[in-house]
Amino acid sequence: MNAFTYKRTSSADDALAEIKKQKDSKYLGGGTNLIDLMKMGVEHPSVLVDVTRVPEASIEEYNGGVRIGAMARNSAVAAHPLIRQRYPVLAEALLSGASPQIRNMATVGGNLLQRTRCYYFYDATFYECNKRLPGSGCAAQTGDNRIHAILGGSDQCIATHPSDMAVALAALDAVIQVKGPTKERSIPLVDFYRLPGRTPHLETVLRAGELITSVDLPAPVASRWHYLKVRDRNSFAFALVSVAALVDLDEQKHIREARIALGGVAPRPWRNPDAERSLSGAAADETAFGQAADILLRGANAYRHNAFKVELARRSIVRALSAACQQA
Amino acid sequence: MASSITLDRPAAAANPVVSGPEQYSLTINGAAHDFKLEPCVTLLDLLRERLHLMGTKKGCDHGQCGACTVIADGERILSCLALAVAYDGAKITTIEGLAIGDQLHPVQAAFLEHDGFQCGFCTPGQICSAVAMLEEARRGMPSVVTADLSPDSPIQLSEAEIRERMSGNICRCGAYPNIVAAISDVSKGGKS
Repeated sequence: MNAFTYKRTSSADDALAEIKKQKDSKYLGGGTNLIDLMKMGVEHPSVLVDVTRVPEASIEEYNGGVRIGAMARNSAVAAHPLIRQRYPVLAEALLSGASPQIRNMATVGGNLLQRTRCYYFYDATFYECNKRLPGSGCAAQTGDNRIHAILGGSDQCIATHPSDMAVALAALDAVIQVKGPTKERSIPLVDFYRLPGRTPHLETVLRAGELITSVDLPAPVASRWHYLKVRDRNSFAFALVSVAALVDLDEQKHIREARIALGGVAPRPWRNPDAERSLSGAAADETAFGQAADILLRGANAYRHNAFKVELARRSIVRALSAACQQA
Repeated sequence: MASSITLDRPAAAANPVVSGPEQYSLTINGAAHDFKLEPCVTLLDLLRERLHLMGTKKGCDHGQCGACTVIADGERILSCLALAVAYDGAKITTIEGLAIGDQLHPVQAAFLEHDGFQCGFCTPGQICSAVAMLEEARRGMPSVVTADLSPDSPIQLSEAEIRERMSGNICRCGAYPNIVAAISDVSKGGKS
């Protein structure tokens, strides 16, 4: 780890003032990803601006929905009665991620901004990685790409976003509130992450110095839900494929509205309005679920080791929607 | 090409000037300590190298094994990913702080009773993790295998629940059956 300056801050304004003093400063949340990346030599900020004591950490009713302070710990969000009652898919996604110790440390803002676990990104002794060193190449294209993206990647980068929480937030139409040097703004989660294109080192639409202050959830729309995570071991592993499914059924058990977000397969939580529209008014059966899955996976691009993800994702979507619909 | 090994550290090179040591205080196993250390010192390194509390183990040092688990203000955390300075003012409990004199903590006694280890390297982390986990369950913290997520449903620590809740602590000897038995025993009020 490189030497750095540590600044503790006690308000968002305080943090914004500190972050702009030096160009390569970084906000520090729970540190579960950033400190590891610093140990790996992937990140080397000269200033860490600790925001864990910034008071935006509460979870409360807001505008008919719920506002989650960005400094709230992952475990606190998963345990909160408002989240468990109204947004259980989010509690389940959070509890599917990492380990209890990491969830106790990790903040909501930090979870959103965690970096990919692509092996080539994470190992700084490896030269090729356009995310780490723009223009150096993408070793994953021809290397070991079992865990990599089948949707949304480019010939410059096929890294996936590793968060479970973000997948549930995408399905819930969450909105990220950020505070910048001059103004505050709202960013829908589905617009928060950039696709890699030719600039894989630019991962979100955040501007220099902006601090995530909260994640806002609109009032819940669907009562039936399921979060399915498929991984190499049963716990404490990143998703190969995950699915957050929300379904609202009418009295005849036809689908009024469905939302599907995929994790583990793309550089961001993957939603497709066409797939969801295809389910509106449809009977809740595997034929309809399969058609929606096919639309979601349209344009999927498999590489040498991850072709299995296409079929795995298709079956996972069908299973998650079926499980959601079978809920009482 | 892939064969060239280059460490990319432009930021460190461009900004070599950083502030010096930070002053902060921690209460560790009930005793107050003041420190003046570089901010890059992790809680794990502070415990082992400054206070010579060698019970907390450095396994992977990357947050993947749980051997460094300690309890900070009642919550189990990974001391290898925690900057000590960020915990200024916190109360830290390590494996050395669980027994009262010669009287073992019930979880420690249960690990002996059930032979919950072989080499013992992961054991301090397992025990600290289990102590905090039992408290989480008592508070009603759900896990991903909890069938009913509704807020007022009590937690029953089945074997599946214990295994899921302890998944952040890896045991390469594979002593899991006895670790689960030890924790289960304590959760049921046990012999200890």
